[in-house]
Amino acid sequence: MDPITATTVSVISAATPLLLAASGELVTEKAGVLNLGVEGMMLVGAVSGFAVTLTTGSATLGILSAALAGALLSLLFGLLTLTLMANQVATGLALTIFGVGVSSLMGAGFVGTPVARLPRLDIPGLSGIPILGPLLFGHDALVYLSVAAVVLIVWFLSRTRAGMVLRACGENDEAAHALGYPVIAVRYAAVLFGGVMSGLAGAFLSLSYTPMWVENMTAGRGWIALALVVFASWRPWRLLIGAYLFGGVTILQLHAQGLGLFAVPSQVLSMLPYLATILVLALIAAGSGRRRLDAPACLGKPFHPPA
Amino acid sequence: MRLTTTRRTLLAGAAATTALALPGHRLLAAEKVRAGWVYVGPIGDHGWTYRHDVGRRDVEKALGDKVETSFVENVAEGPDAERVIRQLAASGNDIVFATSFGFMNSVIRVAKQFPKVRFEHATGYKTAPNVAVYNARFYEGRAVIGTIAGMLSKSGIVGYIASFPIPEVVMGINAFTLAMRKKRPDAQIKVVWVNSWYDPGKEADAAKALIDQGADIISQHTDSPAALQVAEERGVSGFGQSSDMRKFAPNAQLTAIVDDWGPYYIERVQAVLDGTWKSRVVWYGLKEGMVRIAPYGPRVPEEVRAEAEAVKQGIIDGTLHPFAGPIKDQAGKLRVPEGEHLSDEELLKMDWYVEGVQA
Repeated sequence: MDPITATTVSVISAATPLLLAASGELVTEKAGVLNLGVEGMMLVGAVSGFAVTLTTGSATLGILSAALAGALLSLLFGLLTLTLMANQVATGLALTIFGVGVSSLMGAGFVGTPVARLPRLDIPGLSGIPILGPLLFGHDALVYLSVAAVVLIVWFLSRTRAGMVLRACGENDEAAHALGYPVIAVRYAAVLFGGVMSGLAGAFLSLSYTPMWVENMTAGRGWIALALVVFASWRPWRLLIGAYLFGGVTILQLHAQGLGLFAVPSQVLSMLPYLATILVLALIAAGSGRRRLDAPACLGKPFHPPA
Repeated sequence: MRLTTTRRTLLAGAAATTALALPGHRLLAAEKVRAGWVYVGPIGDHGWTYRHDVGRRDVEKALGDKVETSFVENVAEGPDAERVIRQLAASGNDIVFATSFGFMNSVIRVAKQFPKVRFEHATGYKTAPNVAVYNARFYEGRAVIGTIAGMLSKSGIVGYIASFPIPEVVMGINAFTLAMRKKRPDAQIKVVWVNSWYDPGKEADAAKALIDQGADIISQHTDSPAALQVAEERGVSGFGQSSDMRKFAPNAQLTAIVDDWGPYYIERVQAVLDGTWKSRVVWYGLKEGMVRIAPYGPRVPEEVRAEAEAVKQGIIDGTLHPFAGPIKDQAGKLRVPEGEHLSDEELLKMDWYVEGVQA
């Protein structure tokens, strides 16, 4: 592989966990629920995926159990915030702290054991094409899933009835309720979807990105995913661009250091991804017609069904 | 007996236990010692913190009923650290080990408030009557692995994944480079800073970037085995950090620099038991066994092993100093003349790179 292709492949793997977790969170937030527990759900997904893959030898089972583990944790969040009306911000933060702890506990016996990397889906003939081959083909299933998820979410949110109902619940829960839509049930579904995607993002980390389990291995990627949703102003396509931009800047600054390209301190280079976020946020806010950030109107507010 | 506490429950319980802590009135020789450890990372990092925890468990094994240990993991360097250290001191520990450079100022501040509690700070340079400092001469291990890299690298380019530009890390880069260039004068060391002690994903990305730029050996001063795992996959070689990481890279790991804190911890807790504990500064290395070299990997041929062993033995015997002159800095200026070597004090303040480092 030539250096540029190799770099691009690194960018794809850096962007994938962000994209998976952020697209789940986007759907959750579109339904009006703010779940700050992404980091915790990713960790629980990572450890479950790793443990099951290691003990059963099946990566498919591992990925499924990661999704299930993320869903279970998000179900807990749903119970607390949707049924018991707990504060979403506080519950989300607690979920992250809980996820860190419970994943360390679950993973204690697995530290220091490697696992085989997720198999790459090589397509005979196509993977061998120079440049395009390694770029488009030969990734593992989760990479394709992350891009497919964005396409499906765009279609779902803008083209299906269910998607519009979900958005209605996020924009005006009382109106949705008055029209007879089950707001709480819709929100449960959105929260569960967010949990599944976070779990998959975790599985990507522990099975493909760095095929091992070490505590706290997400190292803040859950928070970056949350920031990305805002960065994308709740639009799935922008999320795709944002995740790849973020992954790209992270990887490029490492390459720039190795090449000795910039005579600036490495701390400045490490800062670049965050700087890029702020910059794009400022551009969006100052854009033509001063388009709103488009946050769902009911984001973070509990819904009390009128008696 | 072991008490496991997380930082959060500990902070939550802080007020309650502070009230319960009895005022310090300790006999000279103690019956039983309570020892607490503060870790910067998770004990499951398989690197730096993991090795300190192995040391703590060695203390339990060696002293049995005479010691009660506890630890707090994932303590961020900064204000949080001071709270955690104060809490450990207030809750009746006789000795507290703070195991990261960034805990230094917190330890000194808390030590003033608890004159009867002994503190041990790893890798720092500030002492007090009740604060001892211990450090390991990791650079001695880096001289050994640098020698191996110099003999085995085909491209002459080594990738070095670094955490933070503090003297400890700079010293390691320099010791590695000097040893490598003795074997291969044109060797180039590409340094990539990830600005983290512990971020497996970023460490792996840095390794990939360095390999893409022609490095055929990866060395690291970060804590996870992620970089070695990438090396194994890409068919290049690397060195383990802090612990033997052979399982993650059975072919790629040439060897590893292993930290062995156990004997030191046992000695110091025993000193508290005997009432002979004193503040002091120690800097142990290969000779005392605080730094060890892991078994060599399958890619290290016999003559390279022999040469690495010779460097190791030379350091142990004192006939070879990793920072012996002549040493030129990056600009080509002679920093250490022939026949002299850098003093410990100069090493602990090292803020310049030797010739051949690209950082």
